[in-house]
Amino acid sequence: MKRKNAAGQIAVYTILIIGACFCLLPLFWLVRSSFMTSMQIFEMPPVWIPVPFKLSNYTEALTTVDFARFFRNTAFITVSCLIGALISSSVSAYSYARLQWPGRRLIFALLLASMMLPGAVTLIPTFIGWKLAGLINTYYPLILPAWFGSAFDIFLLRQFYSTIPRDLDEAAYVDGAGHLTIYWKIIVPLSKPALIVIGLFSFMGSWNDFMGPLVYLNEESKYTVALGLQMFQSLHSAQWNLLMAASTVVITPVIIVFFIGQRYFIEGITLTGLKG
Amino acid sequence: MIGKHRAIVGILFALPSILGLLLFTALPMLSSFVLSFTDYRTVNTPKFIGFGNYTRLFDGTDPYFYKSLWVTFKYVILRVPIGLAMSFLVALLLNQDFIKGKSIFRTIFYLPVIVPAVAASMIWIWLFSPDLGLLNSFLEALHLPTILWLDSEATVIPSIVFMSLWGIGSTVIIFLAGLQGVPRSLYEAATVDGAGVFRKFRAITIPMMTPIIFFNLIMGSIGAFQVFTEALIMTQGGPNNASLFYNYYIYREAFQFGEMGHASAIAWILFIIILIITGIFFKTSKSWVFYESEV
Repeated sequence: MKRKNAAGQIAVYTILIIGACFCLLPLFWLVRSSFMTSMQIFEMPPVWIPVPFKLSNYTEALTTVDFARFFRNTAFITVSCLIGALISSSVSAYSYARLQWPGRRLIFALLLASMMLPGAVTLIPTFIGWKLAGLINTYYPLILPAWFGSAFDIFLLRQFYSTIPRDLDEAAYVDGAGHLTIYWKIIVPLSKPALIVIGLFSFMGSWNDFMGPLVYLNEESKYTVALGLQMFQSLHSAQWNLLMAASTVVITPVIIVFFIGQRYFIEGITLTGLKG
Repeated sequence: MIGKHRAIVGILFALPSILGLLLFTALPMLSSFVLSFTDYRTVNTPKFIGFGNYTRLFDGTDPYFYKSLWVTFKYVILRVPIGLAMSFLVALLLNQDFIKGKSIFRTIFYLPVIVPAVAASMIWIWLFSPDLGLLNSFLEALHLPTILWLDSEATVIPSIVFMSLWGIGSTVIIFLAGLQGVPRSLYEAATVDGAGVFRKFRAITIPMMTPIIFFNLIMGSIGAFQVFTEALIMTQGGPNNASLFYNYYIYREAFQFGEMGHASAIAWILFIIILIITGIFFKTSKSWVFYESEV
């Protein structure tokens, strides 16, 4: 009996480790290729560790295209969206979780339904709208929507706010506090973990966004890192070592943020998936 | 009076989301619907043409429509069941009591999810490269025939499915959280009754997990219908339109050919397809999804 158990355990570990390798290997391959000479990268059978370790791929990749600028642009868009998402989604979620007004259930249901709507349906008229407003090739189409809250964020925050005991705000209400005070002094401090989750997802969303910048930006100086990377690929498609260096640079900030906020990521995923 | 005041405060707080719903969902939906009945290329003013855009799609005047539908369905049919089965399996294994380093595994499985789609596409083009890629080197080392991956009509969709499995991490985490919520007492009672591992899996785990399987099925299908970045960066719909994913087809019509009216009609058909499919899922779910609260 014990023996059978040990065999089972080994089998389980083996599958999990193969799975983990499948997840990590592409990232390892990215980084190793980014440190190789163009000679070494084409060697067959492939070498696992770059010799020599070529750091200059990075400087070369980052200077042939103005990546510093793409970083600044992306950072600006990301931060603007982050602030907008935090404020608008949390204020709205407060209303859906804590306030009573006619039609709130219906509007919340519509909000949830809007998550099922394929982006392609709204993209074309939205694009035409921004064009009529004369705002193509600006950051407004990429930033402003975040300031109207996202259905996903509102849903997640509402779920979280609903778990905060009502006695707290009722007591404050009796003491004469208004809703703004209650929201700001009670709900916000108590929901820091959920707000961090929203912040992280918003960061990822803007940093990783490709279709938005692709559709709305047409001047190279305004490009984001995702667009910059794609442009780099079309210019240097055969230079795999440089392309891998550029990709590594685009991925690094996301990986750093992920490792800092990992616990919250997992919580956020769990929260959205389960408490529907 | 107080009630009225309360209502105003409530609406004021929800205002960003209400405006957002109107400006970025309701209004665009309505205009997209109207546009789909017009001839509107970016150069002319919209002209009403009735069902013109739709008939052009269905009677085959636009040869790409059926092609991209077929491509997208092929992808969805492969991707959704394989993705669900694999993430469920990984979650089950991770949920075993004896597993050490659970949080490390969880982190590793989630890691690919955060990689920007553009960068992920770059990595995978490189891995898929027929002469120099890692995948074919593996096959060669094992003395197996190499594969053309993205470069052949037969293998391009399975290749993109394979690549997409790299990102099952968030589904794994949702399944894992669900598994942790299954009451242990059920398993203990079943053990006392002499049920074996497979019996417990079939009689307890699966029924208790059906709501989560259902959730992941819906979200996975909606996501799978909307592949875009990979199609644009890795294959541009090729070879010979074998990876002309529906969303890429819409993008190409709208933003490369400037056919806004036609593209709106194509987008609406996608919306209707997704509605029908989720509708079918919801209808059939009554017979297989088990909700605790209904007992």
